[in-house]
Amino acid sequence: MTSDIAAILAIDGIATGAVYALVAIGTVLIFTVTRVIFIPFGDIAAFTALTLAALDAKRFPGTGALVVILACLATLIEITSLARSGELRLLPRALSFYLLLPLAVVGAAWLVMRMDPPLAVRLVLALMLTMPISPLLDRIVFRPIADGTVLLLLTVSVALHFALVGLGLLFFGPEGVRTEPLTSFSTVFAGVLISGQTLLIVIAALVFSGLLFLFFDFTLVGKSLRATAVNRTGSRLMGIRPERAGTIAYLLGSLMAGVSGILIAPVNTVFYDSGFLIGLKAFVGAIVGGMTSYPGAAIGAVGVGILESFASFESSALKDVIVFSLLIPILIWRSLASLHSEEEIEE
Amino acid sequence: MTRLHIQFAAAAAVLCLAVAPFVLSPFSITLMNYIGIYSLVAIGLALLTGVGGIVSFGQAAFVGVAAYATAWVSALNGHSPWLGLLFGVALTCGVATILGLVTLRLQGHFLSLSTVAWGLAIGFLFGNVEGLGRFNGISSIPPISLGSLALVSSKQIYFLIWGIVTVILFLGYNVLDSRLGRAMRALRGGNTLVESLGINAFRIKLVTFVIAAFLASLSGWLYAHMSRFISPGPFDAGMGIEYLMMSMVGGAGSLLGGVVGAAVVTLLKNSVQDYLPLIAKGASGQLEIVAFSALFILFLQWARQGIVPFVARSLPKTRRARPQPAPPLPRRAQLAPGELLLKVDGAERRFGGLVAVNNVSFEVRSGEILAVIGPNGAGKSTMFNCLTGALRVNKGDIVFAGRPITREAQSRIAKAGIARTFQHVKLRPRMSLLENVMLGTYARTRAGLFAGAFRVNRREEASVRHEALMQLERVGLGEKPFELAGNLPLGNQRILEIARALAADPTLLVLDEPAAGLRRQEKLRLAELLRSLRADHLTILIVEHDMEFVMSLVDRIVVLDFGSKLCEGAPAAIRSDERVQEAYLGGVA
Amino acid sequence: MSSMFSLSDVTVCYDNVDAVRNVSLSVEEGQIVTVIGPNGAGKTTLLMAAIGLLSSKGRMVFQGSDIGKMSVEDRVERRVCLVPEKRELFSDMSVADNLLLGSYSLRDRSGVQKTLDDVYDRFPRLKERQRQAAGTLSGGERQMLALGRALMAKPKLLMLDEPSLGLAPLIVREIFRTIASLRELGVSILLVEQNARAALETADYGYVLETGEIVQSGPAKDLIHDPRLITAYLGGH
Repeated sequence: MTSDIAAILAIDGIATGAVYALVAIGTVLIFTVTRVIFIPFGDIAAFTALTLAALDAKRFPGTGALVVILACLATLIEITSLARSGELRLLPRALSFYLLLPLAVVGAAWLVMRMDPPLAVRLVLALMLTMPISPLLDRIVFRPIADGTVLLLLTVSVALHFALVGLGLLFFGPEGVRTEPLTSFSTVFAGVLISGQTLLIVIAALVFSGLLFLFFDFTLVGKSLRATAVNRTGSRLMGIRPERAGTIAYLLGSLMAGVSGILIAPVNTVFYDSGFLIGLKAFVGAIVGGMTSYPGAAIGAVGVGILESFASFESSALKDVIVFSLLIPILIWRSLASLHSEEEIEE
Repeated sequence: MTRLHIQFAAAAAVLCLAVAPFVLSPFSITLMNYIGIYSLVAIGLALLTGVGGIVSFGQAAFVGVAAYATAWVSALNGHSPWLGLLFGVALTCGVATILGLVTLRLQGHFLSLSTVAWGLAIGFLFGNVEGLGRFNGISSIPPISLGSLALVSSKQIYFLIWGIVTVILFLGYNVLDSRLGRAMRALRGGNTLVESLGINAFRIKLVTFVIAAFLASLSGWLYAHMSRFISPGPFDAGMGIEYLMMSMVGGAGSLLGGVVGAAVVTLLKNSVQDYLPLIAKGASGQLEIVAFSALFILFLQWARQGIVPFVARSLPKTRRARPQPAPPLPRRAQLAPGELLLKVDGAERRFGGLVAVNNVSFEVRSGEILAVIGPNGAGKSTMFNCLTGALRVNKGDIVFAGRPITREAQSRIAKAGIARTFQHVKLRPRMSLLENVMLGTYARTRAGLFAGAFRVNRREEASVRHEALMQLERVGLGEKPFELAGNLPLGNQRILEIARALAADPTLLVLDEPAAGLRRQEKLRLAELLRSLRADHLTILIVEHDMEFVMSLVDRIVVLDFGSKLCEGAPAAIRSDERVQEAYLGGVA
Repeated sequence: MSSMFSLSDVTVCYDNVDAVRNVSLSVEEGQIVTVIGPNGAGKTTLLMAAIGLLSSKGRMVFQGSDIGKMSVEDRVERRVCLVPEKRELFSDMSVADNLLLGSYSLRDRSGVQKTLDDVYDRFPRLKERQRQAAGTLSGGERQMLALGRALMAKPKLLMLDEPSLGLAPLIVREIFRTIASLRELGVSILLVEQNARAALETADYGYVLETGEIVQSGPAKDLIHDPRLITAYLGGH
């Protein structure tokens, strides 16, 4: 391998890694706030890419129908649980939040689409259409078992992923899509050609993680999310509702995943089931950060991207085998690193 | 319900299975064969996940290793499928042993995540290795032959499959009811509990893990020679989840649940395939997985327990006979009263910046009751955890019966003769009182996996049962030995922990707040019991808050405050010590 | 007139046992009421049920409305606050952020800065350390932060679980002085303590909880001279 090839592979890896990093940050966010290891974020990324492709082709994406169905289900479940706890006075709020809001988003997207909007608007529409999915899934799937163990939540999360893959096929069809590049700019840096898309990926990853950081540090809502992550009981005693924190976390995580889907769609062909590997590799990155550290997760995800890039050069067939085999030593290292804190819990 | 009823029901079930192929249609027999093959994996998972608490998403990969191994041996190299079985089992167990050695020390969800990792990695391997046919798989695998009879039709192999399932169930239940099985069932109580009983938790986990992999390899072997063709699909991550689903639906923790779960999931999948196209035309394949995942999620939301435990609860309780007298287990030689038993020298333990135990030294002499007292947060429990090896001291030395135990593993300290109870009771709530106490005898007995599976351990078991009953009677809980431990009030749960500790025949008994939550009468009875133990030359170290209880019972007291030893002496001297008054008895005014 | 906060026949089942059985007690406006008793008597369980972290049977009335079935967050929004035994601080967040989060439940944000200044006046040590992570504070400072954080919510009823736990005698004295001074703010206080003497000296009224049941109650100044309590809890001389 020459140094030129190494440089190209490294740049490629950093770009892929930046995409994983966005999903990884979302994964950490959800895990710390809700204890759910949300495997389906990869699916959300893929769905956003598919949604954008449909919008580009002037078709109304299947996401709309999916959101409507999920919204109806979530509303039904919310009403049932309100009725059971005798709190029907909260009904208007539940209806507007779980039914009207998602329907309004879908309706607005439908209207705007007829006006043949420019790319920037289509990007926003794609993100808006996919963002309600995971908070609604949270209400339908995870809220009833919020007190379960991390393992139960993980098992459900994996099952949910399979359901989403099926739904993806149903609503988007089996065809893969590749969206038009967001930019045609390119530059030569240190003798290596870098495409504008690559730069865009890295910049977008930095901007969105920076925004998230600002949100956490400078807003009360952001701080309440951190508080929930640090100490659930403590935050409940402050009146911070874990469900609400969870919903916000899911929305933010979906945004990150959606952005990564939009970024990857012009580079790789995205299928309805492409999300699984994106999600899992982001997840490997998140584990490098111990599932709790955002910078750790981002660095881990970029590491996975670079590793994958080099591994696929060596043996494209075995690249996934290599990536996942390497997860085991990482897990051992993380488990040893967290041993200390578990001792304290036992104290 | 008695044992006889259960044996009768089992015999009837076996009979039904034997007659079934003569009644059922060929398609149903094929379905039954799949159920049997999946059952083996699900039974393994019931042991691993339900009993041992290790959630594995990767069992499908083990099935695949064995299936590919036997296909390689028989289809590609022309040897007998029986050689394939040998090779497949050996390879799978070997891989499992290596993976287990590497990963089983991982904590909680890290461990499960590692199963996702190797499950995926092995799964990807099948489709990408040239010699294994890549995604096309391996075809024309020969059938299994018994002598000159080749098991070609589904009816023929049915008997082999269900024969194996029946034998495995029988052996599995034997193991669960043995010394090793009790240790497996204790695993979910956490490492600290298991190790405190003198059980090497890691070894038990490894054995359980390899047993589950062994069952998966049997399944893989049968699968390869039944379908005569293999490809990577049936061994991928999705199938790994499905196996987990089977064991959870049936009731994780119940071996029979593995079979029931495999049956329910297989039949359900089959009927989803049958009926879904009628409801939603043209969208069968994708809706199938959606419906299936949705059902699984609903199941986990509403009935985490599983089918078999649910049904079992509505059955009448099994009546069991009280254990009969049996030859006693060998006992430990105890030190003469007054000799130095335990010496703590300059012990220090930190948590981050906090010094929980700071340069504490004291001695315990054989045959005495020594109390460690001090306000909440004074470091008493930390001190106890250091003594028993649940925590390591950062500095200082601990010598027990002339042997340094400062760096010893917890289970080895327990074996050396220190038995303990916990401030936050650690019992196995779904095991009976008797079984909980039997756990205590682990370090005194030796029956292993095969002795347990084939019941050649009967004499030792009888002695263990009798010993456990005697200890229950000794602490006053002998009336209902088959009651579940979780049904006891908290106070009696503490007493049960003492019985379990006594069953280990310890030299030193370490009790962490045994009287908390007891009523006055119960406290008096506890004090009586501890006095009688002292009369039997047992040495007792106790942490307790109730001053009245401590003062009237113990020989000497060590007072801790903010991690340091404040003073030490006889109860009367401690009571009148001003520093103790100030620190402990609330003299703030 | 009915009490500000009252429990009637409250039973809490925890770990398969009734850790608290048929407990009735009441707190009047502006009063400090203490519940004393030995370890394992169910004191913490009682407070956990009162804030809604554990579910319970029986009636819990706060300012005329039944809060027994409400969520923790709804109770906090009615300004019922708990400083738990474990403090439950946000350990890797700064002291200032911890305090700010204390005011999370207040809809009206205009008075927050003023309340923060008041808390800093009350605990100057917290002001010195406002940029420091809560996890790096000493035991006494943590308890001050936990108290200060609860005050940020402008509580009407403040429940304190063992505020003296694990603290040096000097700091215990300081904490109890602070508790006594809260009376001037018009905060009603339900104080659970193992340090019976300090608690009874601070409180107006006291209850004694043993193995989950109230066995004795009365004005604090009477209980402190009760011979039985002196031998059991007060370190009789």
